[in-house]
Amino acid sequence: MNKLEVKLGDLTLKNPVIPASGTFGFGYEFARFYDLNILGSMSLKGTTKDPRYGNPLPRIAETERGIINAIGLQNPGIDAVIANELPKLKPLYNDKVIANISGFSVDEYVHTASMFDKEDQVGILEINISCPNVKAGGMAFGTSAENAAMVCREVKKAVKKPVFMKLSPNVTDIVAIAKACEEAGADGISLINTMLGMRIDLKTGKPIVSTKMAGFSGPAIKPVAVRMVYQVYEAVKIPIIGIGGIATAEDVIEFMMAGASAVQVGAQNLVNPYACRDIINDLPKVMEKYRIEKLSDIIGKAH
Amino acid sequence: MDHIQIYTIKSNVKIAEDTFKMVLSGDTSLITAPGQFVNIQLDGLYLRRPISIHDWDEQSFTIIYKVVGKGTEQMSKMAEGEKLDILMGLGNGYTVMDKQNVAVVGGGVGVPPLYAMAKKLKAEGKHVIAVLGFGYKDQVFCEEEFKAVCDEVYVTTNDGSYGIKGFVTTAMEGKNIEYFYACGPEPMLKALHKTGIPGQLSFEARMGCGFGGCMGCSCKTLTGYKRICVEGPVMLTEEVTFDE
Repeated sequence: MNKLEVKLGDLTLKNPVIPASGTFGFGYEFARFYDLNILGSMSLKGTTKDPRYGNPLPRIAETERGIINAIGLQNPGIDAVIANELPKLKPLYNDKVIANISGFSVDEYVHTASMFDKEDQVGILEINISCPNVKAGGMAFGTSAENAAMVCREVKKAVKKPVFMKLSPNVTDIVAIAKACEEAGADGISLINTMLGMRIDLKTGKPIVSTKMAGFSGPAIKPVAVRMVYQVYEAVKIPIIGIGGIATAEDVIEFMMAGASAVQVGAQNLVNPYACRDIINDLPKVMEKYRIEKLSDIIGKAH
Repeated sequence: MDHIQIYTIKSNVKIAEDTFKMVLSGDTSLITAPGQFVNIQLDGLYLRRPISIHDWDEQSFTIIYKVVGKGTEQMSKMAEGEKLDILMGLGNGYTVMDKQNVAVVGGGVGVPPLYAMAKKLKAEGKHVIAVLGFGYKDQVFCEEEFKAVCDEVYVTTNDGSYGIKGFVTTAMEGKNIEYFYACGPEPMLKALHKTGIPGQLSFEARMGCGFGGCMGCSCKTLTGYKRICVEGPVMLTEEVTFDE
């Protein structure tokens, strides 16, 4: 048996490494760097019902061991994603992908999820209720257990594929929201999305990015993410995809010990387009170092 | 071959106020056109630093950069023999058009990528005018290098402390220029755009990745949204629109 293999519900991944939404385009952009088929899966760029340009520039600022971004869900809209983006990826990646879905109303989430539900290439619907970079919707759904459950319940009613809810760390009680999603029928939880952050340019005395506040990610947020995965693992039975500052094979193992069944690598793809490939290559020797026979054995080991 | 390679600094010298020229040896096979850039990893800084390529040959390439922050300051202190982790050959670069009387127009640290372009244009038999704009005398660099490869070279300074007083557009007035290739600050690109002469404009942006992964540098053009790092940094005057 493949010692890197993990399961997310009924879906088997050849390894737990998944590029995170928003850092990997629609996948094909990275095909010039390496063979995408080495990846466990990939979470595609957040998709909405209508096309979106996103926020004005500048959208990016660097931080210590991280980055803040305010892209604002730039994407061509679900119709164009299905017509143009998925077909471009199809010859380059054989396994199932994760469709990442955002919306500004429950109806929009349901519409976009239903469209992806019909696509063979898609294995999991990841419902992003945690984007901090849009004014309405996005995070507004992810910061209340009641709203999160409502989105989850309505999407579940409309689709057949597994639904993973992607949660925001910008809440006081992540456990309550994860539990509400599980009760509403979620098949899994992805966490965490970016933390709300800000950087100020000392020369101008003003925030650097155009939206002032923006999503903070990168290795700097890893301890917060590990803590939240650990807390949520204790409270729910559905699988967890751990996300937040993963840059090395050791980080993958740490997240899995906290309770993640698989992980997503985000900001690190932007610094090193080979990050996921390198992590996958490094996993066997790091597993050997820590005497791990099968990765699936260590899920939740820290508890 | 990986697009990330380790390069060795052959030289790193100051050539004007806050401005340095660095020659790096290593594989350059991923560089395909003048106007492309590289993305440099530096110790202790999370994101890479995008810097345009000034010139290259089979064993080495040259960058010219201005110290504007922590990353470029760190670079300015590096010595011969030190190594840098670099993501190579990014962006589209300039395309040589079928126009005989052309100008390469650079402003400040926008000047460097036009040097390799001027050489390429000359090699293809074009009549090349170089117009290099700076703020003041101490900022001027590369004039001699351009003189060696161009038919005419004009240097402008905003305050008139060197060359022609005024902007690059001042020096272009009355010259026979059918087409131009430009790189520089946005007000300069905007002024060039206003002249109505067709050309190619190279843009600068705060980038996340430099290769199309993050959408951090997307801009609106008349032909749709484009990522400055992939579909740019070079764009055609007819597709560019400047928000008023």
